[in-house]
Amino acid sequence: MPDTKLVKNAAGRMVPTEINGREAIPYKGVAKHRPTGTKAAPAISTVMDYPDSGDKTVPDIKAALVAAGLKDGMTVSTHHHLRNGDFVANAVFDAAAELSVKDLVWFPSASFPCHAPIIEHMKNGVVHHIEGSMNGPIGRYCSEGNMRGMGVLRSHGGRYRAVQDGDIHVDVAVIAGPTADPFGNANGLTGPAACGLIGFALADSEYADKVIVVTDNLIDFPCVPWQIQGNNVDIVTTMPAIGDASKIVSGTTQITKSPDRLRIAEMTARFVKETGIMHDGFSFQGGAGGTSLSFAIFLMEMMREEGVKARFVRGGSTQYLTQMLEEGLTDYILDGQTFDLEGVRSMRENPGHVNTSPFTSYNYHGKGNFASMLDCVVLGATEVDVNFNANVVTHSDGYLLHGIGGWQNCLFSKCTILPIPAFRDRIPVIVDEVTTIVGPGELVDVIVTERGIAINPLRDDLLAAVAGSDLPIRTIEEIKAEVDDLVGGAPEKPNLGEKIVAAIEWVDGTVIDSVRQVLPRE
Amino acid sequence: MSTTGQAGRKGDRVRSDCWISVELKESGGISVAVKSRVQSMYGASIERSVEQGLEVLGVEHAVVEIVDAGAVPFVIWARLEAAVKAANPGLTAELLPEAKESTRYGTTRDRFRRSRLYLPGDQVKLMLNAGLHKPDGVIVDLEDSVAPSQKEAARYVVRNVLRSVDFFGAERMVRINQGQMGLDDLPFLVPHNVHIILIPKAESADDVKAVDARVQEIRKEKGVANDVFLMPIVESALGCFRAYEIASASPNVVALTIGLEDYTADIGTQRTNEGRESFWARSQVVNAARAARVQPIDTVFSDVADVEGLKASIAEAKGLGFDGKGCIHPRQIETINAGFAPGAAEVEKATRIVVAFEKAEAEGLGVVSLGSKMIDPPVVKRALRTVELAVASDVLSENWREGGGENA
Repeated sequence: MPDTKLVKNAAGRMVPTEINGREAIPYKGVAKHRPTGTKAAPAISTVMDYPDSGDKTVPDIKAALVAAGLKDGMTVSTHHHLRNGDFVANAVFDAAAELSVKDLVWFPSASFPCHAPIIEHMKNGVVHHIEGSMNGPIGRYCSEGNMRGMGVLRSHGGRYRAVQDGDIHVDVAVIAGPTADPFGNANGLTGPAACGLIGFALADSEYADKVIVVTDNLIDFPCVPWQIQGNNVDIVTTMPAIGDASKIVSGTTQITKSPDRLRIAEMTARFVKETGIMHDGFSFQGGAGGTSLSFAIFLMEMMREEGVKARFVRGGSTQYLTQMLEEGLTDYILDGQTFDLEGVRSMRENPGHVNTSPFTSYNYHGKGNFASMLDCVVLGATEVDVNFNANVVTHSDGYLLHGIGGWQNCLFSKCTILPIPAFRDRIPVIVDEVTTIVGPGELVDVIVTERGIAINPLRDDLLAAVAGSDLPIRTIEEIKAEVDDLVGGAPEKPNLGEKIVAAIEWVDGTVIDSVRQVLPRE
Repeated sequence: MSTTGQAGRKGDRVRSDCWISVELKESGGISVAVKSRVQSMYGASIERSVEQGLEVLGVEHAVVEIVDAGAVPFVIWARLEAAVKAANPGLTAELLPEAKESTRYGTTRDRFRRSRLYLPGDQVKLMLNAGLHKPDGVIVDLEDSVAPSQKEAARYVVRNVLRSVDFFGAERMVRINQGQMGLDDLPFLVPHNVHIILIPKAESADDVKAVDARVQEIRKEKGVANDVFLMPIVESALGCFRAYEIASASPNVVALTIGLEDYTADIGTQRTNEGRESFWARSQVVNAARAARVQPIDTVFSDVADVEGLKASIAEAKGLGFDGKGCIHPRQIETINAGFAPGAAEVEKATRIVVAFEKAEAEGLGVVSLGSKMIDPPVVKRALRTVELAVASDVLSENWREGGGENA
């Protein structure tokens, strides 16, 4: 695509005006783009086309794809609730290859290292390109300019929005159901591949032309609760195993032993306590990363000491959030995904452990969402610049490293905190200019590093709230200077080519940045 | 003719370090091959570091290979110097990174030594942020935590750490090796603002005197102005018997400590959490140290995960008379500092004595009295120290005289 037209957007980044044949709107700023028009909708179905018995099963994935009318150039979606243990996506494209179908667009809610075989399908022409998160070997393949189309990275909320708004039309959605019935009702609560919930597949089940549910635990109707409703499902099929249980959820969640990360987590919890964010009836969201998990544990301890109770916490749930719920330290867990067996058990047994979806939690083109109601969130980042703009998708060497996940959506919480080490190996995390802007600085409130806490100058309320505390509050420039001195200067910029290999969408569908091809250094 | 030398660590698990191989040649100039985890960001910088380093060392012809896992420049230089000197042991030039301003603070004989954090001498990753955890001291270790094959190369790393890493006010200690090897460690330490040398397995006054003499020799030779204090470690039955002689062997000894792994092996038993087998030895160390007017410091508590066990161990150490304890993980520091803080009643009594003392001084009285009781000078001295420790431990406000009172 040497003739991709680029314009400078409101974040000062050059972005394409056309992506894979679609018009693309450059980012205009936070809360600046107003959508128009109506939502997308699939064709009207009729029960005349479905068996009265409710039995929609076919023998295997291949038969399911044939029944769904899979053709060259179609968009096929899968979902990441089976995480790095997923067998379904690879099976779908293996079957598509056997059917000699070409040029498919893969639209995953996220990809994992287990999906490396898709690279072969890109090489052999079965898959044209990926619109979804790219990391590991797939990220490398795309970053080096090997993918035919342009990658599009969206947040979980942005993905729901793209389907709802009709930016993406899903021809065939393949939904992994850890338990399902022949009618297509499915949930993630039981079965050998139990993962808790399957909310990432909601949009696809509602908007795709054809919806396939694939399970390794087919039970008699009804499968309850129906996290995915059979009334949205066209075809049901089985595989011997839809995933590797040991890679879907962990038996127990390990907390970090790194003294620096523990220090960062503890400082973050103290910040939340001492600013008064931790108060009766408050809410927070943390993930399953080592630091974020330890943050939750420290905060839980402080809540116990102070007798403070949360109204709700948002998962990624783990045994620790489950413990909070069972101990009465929170009334509810509003869960986006479950990371360990305790989380799955709790969701199955505890009515206070509620499953959510990107629609309820994150969709920016909706009538509100849960993310903006949170008192605070803690998130990761690969880089942050001195204006608090943050990157979560590329590494400082220019390679695609992570998906956006719910990250962008969470920035709308009342206080967004990034607990991050000030440097990794030799690489500083605070830079003059991030490799890729994924989150605008005006929404990033606090950076907590082992070398001090930097508060965004826009948040003078937070600065006032910590005045007089003995937390190590410093400017972001001070921390940066100290680290640059320690590591022997700022790193060199990556050697990037002209070709745009991926676009980064903002929550409203506008393009906030683009990712360029990484060239080898001569 | 060419000679080769290697230094450093490589492998999948290595971070913040590098491995360097140097082949010294007669001709052909310098060639550097860099393979780095941070290649695209620091590849050119690594190459420059190596070239500058070779120039300082006076090497004109060499083939250098470096396998890097994110080493910072002073580590690259330490590995380079060690590799060059392995190839050419006669070389005397030194490759010294600039001594950072932040490493130049001093220490005092009587400072608090509640917590001291052990850091393996060739694991830089653990050192860069060690001071952030606010131990009273850091101990960079050249002895047991460094493998014999790495001992020589570790000296360059430790020297460069002393010149480069800000420990944020923590006392800068190094544990040297035993015997002659330990004496040979000293030139890498004494000129670089080391505060305390820990002498392992001290068994006689002579062991301490030998180190002291070598330290003074290097101080004189290099014009080192700051004091270099000593902390002998008693780790054997013989050392325990001679604890007083060891503690009083030199005026530069400021503290005496004990190592229980070797001691329990030496007396033919095993170390337990209850520690009955070492009660006599620890008590002996406390009494010898007090008799010699130096600080008695307890050994480490090895089970990082067992916070309750650590607390009990601190309470016991404090009860026996120790002033501090070793840490093997930063998470133990806060617990130890808090554990050695004086109790509320102790603080209350000490502040009353200090107030009475200051009042007596202001009024020019020779005798300090509290109510109807006369207070002896050693008690006053002890009270002053308790107040100071209470302030340092955050259990007493710095402004306690103005009614700041005790912290919550």
